[in-house]
Amino acid sequence: MPISPHAPLPERPRPKSPLDLFLTFTLLALQGFGGVLAIVQQELVDRKQWLTRDEFLEDWAVAQLMPGPNVVNISLMIGTRHFGLRGALAALAGMLLAPLLLLLVLALVYARFASDPGVAGALRGMSAVAAGLVTATGLKLGSTLKTNPLGLWPCLGFALACFAAIAWLHWPLLYVLGGLGLLACVLAYRKLAA
Amino acid sequence: MSTPLPIALALGDWLHLFVHFLGLSLMSIGGAITTVAEMHRYLVVQQHWLTDAQFNAAIALAQAAPGPNVLFVALMGWNVGLNAGGLGSALFGVLAAMSGILIPSTTLTYLAAHWGHQNRTRRTVRAFKQGMAPIVLALIIATGWTLASAISGSGPQLARWTLIAVTTLLVWRTKLHLLWLLAAGALLGWYGVV
Repeated sequence: MPISPHAPLPERPRPKSPLDLFLTFTLLALQGFGGVLAIVQQELVDRKQWLTRDEFLEDWAVAQLMPGPNVVNISLMIGTRHFGLRGALAALAGMLLAPLLLLLVLALVYARFASDPGVAGALRGMSAVAAGLVTATGLKLGSTLKTNPLGLWPCLGFALACFAAIAWLHWPLLYVLGGLGLLACVLAYRKLAA
Repeated sequence: MSTPLPIALALGDWLHLFVHFLGLSLMSIGGAITTVAEMHRYLVVQQHWLTDAQFNAAIALAQAAPGPNVLFVALMGWNVGLNAGGLGSALFGVLAAMSGILIPSTTLTYLAAHWGHQNRTRRTVRAFKQGMAPIVLALIIATGWTLASAISGSGPQLARWTLIAVTTLLVWRTKLHLLWLLAAGALLGWYGVV
């Protein structure tokens, strides 16, 4: 049965209106220190359940592969799915508007406090926590690999190779996506036929 | 009859900046942060619109503030505008830089998300999503690793890595709200523990 792209199944939790999207993404963005990915995953998947972990990972794959900031892309995609172009613009505005205004205010007062050792230390501590948040987000999504048609062990192999290529060998993202990514997709394509 | 040359030139320059950022947007696979090197070449080395210090401060400030990291691009436009005049041109700079970096990528993502959703039962689309799952998950973890390695400063290394590891475990295994962790990180940093 074909399902309209803008009408997900009614029993699933979903945003009530473009305004709901705008406010939700504004709150998410304002909580996202050192990047918004971790908070988006926790709020939208674990709490609000607008997306399952599988859907989040699928969307993230597209968001990652498209040019542009990933969290901006994923907010746009979630907005589009529920309210079309209006939803996309509402989510986008929510993600960008309030943090932008806040950042400009911060830029105006930055010069006064930049050299304060307490402030510098606090920023360092928050950066360390932010690094942990992002890592944990990736680990959490690992639970989705159990049902992946590639099989758990090949998935872990791909994940490890990809991590090493990016984090340790510093290969360009394009090579990793074009190499490992393409190989994984071809394998998945063959498995799905079986 | 004299033409207002500075303004005409300024407008041409703004247009140049806008068009340049349109191009960067299309190259920003993996996020706007991947275009930082090229942005630096353009704004600091080629055009002399920003100093090195302004450029680096813009990135550091945007990383520390809440919201998507792409907002560092807004600060680039802001600083170019401040250099060129006052608050008015700074706001204009924000508009030029942000619309340049966002319009191409968001348009592409919008179309791709739409197409992908309408064709989501196709074997190629399913293979892409399933095959990319382990890759994307590893990219997220690699981002966490990169963030963790990039933290600079004089604080104790062991304490900082412990904080990162504990944060990772807590977020992975519990539903503790992320803001508590960020606040704890800020406090630890403020008192020089990490």
